[in-house]
Amino acid sequence: MKILVCISHVPDTTSKIQFTADGKSLDSTGIQFVINPYDEFALTRALWFKEKLGGSVTVVNVGKANTEPTLRKALAIGADDAIRIDAEPTDGYAVAEELHSLISLEKYDLVLMGRESIDYNGTQVPGMVSALLDWPFINACVGMEVENGIATCIREIDGGKETVKASLPLVVAGQKGLVEEKDLRIPNMRGIMTARTKPLKVVPSVSTIVATQAVQYEKPAGKQACKMVSSDNVKALVDLLHNEAKAI
Amino acid sequence: MSVVVYTENWEGKFKKASFEAVSYAARTAAQMGTEVIAVVIGGCSDDLSVLGSYGANHVLHYSNSSLDHFNPKSYASVLIDAVNSNSAHGVVLSGSFNGKAIGPLLAVGLKAALITNVSSLPESTAPLRVKRGAFSSKGYVVYESKQEKFVLSIVPNGIGVVEVSVSSNIELKGGFSAPSNSERVSVDMARGAIPLPEAEIVVSGGRGLKGPENWNMVEDLASVLGAGTACSKPVSDMHWRPHSEHVGQTGIAINPNLYIAIGISGAIQHLAGVSNSKTIVVINSDPEAPFFKAADYGIVGDAFDIVPKLTAALKEFKAQN
Repeated sequence: MKILVCISHVPDTTSKIQFTADGKSLDSTGIQFVINPYDEFALTRALWFKEKLGGSVTVVNVGKANTEPTLRKALAIGADDAIRIDAEPTDGYAVAEELHSLISLEKYDLVLMGRESIDYNGTQVPGMVSALLDWPFINACVGMEVENGIATCIREIDGGKETVKASLPLVVAGQKGLVEEKDLRIPNMRGIMTARTKPLKVVPSVSTIVATQAVQYEKPAGKQACKMVSSDNVKALVDLLHNEAKAI
Repeated sequence: MSVVVYTENWEGKFKKASFEAVSYAARTAAQMGTEVIAVVIGGCSDDLSVLGSYGANHVLHYSNSSLDHFNPKSYASVLIDAVNSNSAHGVVLSGSFNGKAIGPLLAVGLKAALITNVSSLPESTAPLRVKRGAFSSKGYVVYESKQEKFVLSIVPNGIGVVEVSVSSNIELKGGFSAPSNSERVSVDMARGAIPLPEAEIVVSGGRGLKGPENWNMVEDLASVLGAGTACSKPVSDMHWRPHSEHVGQTGIAINPNLYIAIGISGAIQHLAGVSNSKTIVVINSDPEAPFFKAADYGIVGDAFDIVPKLTAALKEFKAQN
């Protein structure tokens, strides 16, 4: 099975997010960038499929040269080769068009990625890629098996789970459950050494669409100081929730 | 011209978030000086005229055997048909799991600007500018549409409803044949649970509860409040609770009216999923727990002592109100 895993290059989950003084962009000073955590589930699942069914795992990122360490980390985790599409990822639609162009040329059987990136939280790219390719799309996938060219996937829905079948090729947007947290692979020394010599190909950008533009970045309003209630007087909390917060 | 809104139903009953989406569409359409077309897909036992109470001028009910249950491709094709045959400006939908599945398909089908995670009404409509949550609740970004059409996916329970009185005309569209490329095998709903993204009150437990056997305390408190139950990431990782209850950066992001966190220290990844809650109560034995800095109300003490007392006090309150 020829698998493509799409990877976003995002600020580490513990990052303090700050914007530039003019509010026009993220201030990346001092920020550590990592593989998007949702994409890590997709990558590990792809490696399992390869080990069980044979084939290859390619990782791709749409970004400039500064994202290459993130792709190298994916190679160290076990991907066979990497592709960087040389474009600033300004908008979900543009990223989806870049990926669509690559996938049309390379004929993958399965395209896996996280359901969203933890920076822009778009939940856009996987579904758009599927629509551009006219392939089946499974979002919020928490379990998946492939047999005889048919994928059986479990997806999260509001208040439960749905099991869905679709033929390959297809696009799957995964999250925790696709593999468990404890099963996520981390690079070992051998992986890190071999990652240096694995192929990392840079391809030019093809997308011309501008669907949306970010015009202003803002921080949420700060919270008022927390009101402490004595543990001997929980009734006071009930009063505050009713009369002050109007939450009950 | 008009604004189309997708009104999701589950087993024939409208979801609460659907009314919020209609109300959002109505307020957006009013800014644009146009009307709202609500689209209902599949069998629906609820009275469709209820959508008028949230501002729907027209209701299109697409129903036939190919639309009996949700399918991203077929449901998206219905909405694309509704937009194209009415020359609509765009689509509003609620950011439920199903809404998130079809939003991107609509954007491609309509060559539209997709803006998800929308948390307030448009700042302007020509050009369309609207604020959305980003950076896992650590920031907002105002986006501008660069396309003629838009698809706006709104955060459930984020904006609320305004009730109005519009008498809507209802039209049944039975003959639409919807394409599909995946097939439902089965559905497994959590029994009796309130879906977290829709819950107005959420009670959540962390490692401080010491083990899954102590969750009846959380459930008792939730039941008095009519609340959904949630948990922190370590609790879901240790399988004390199912992953579907994990709220936080890599779980579900929620924004209930009231969030009660018990025995959760408040790591930055947890706050990322809950900090948009309107009121936050933190109960923790550690006065230095970082969660108190993000909370509105706090109690320092032993959860095993405080939570049953709080449940009893709320029972008494509910009996009197």
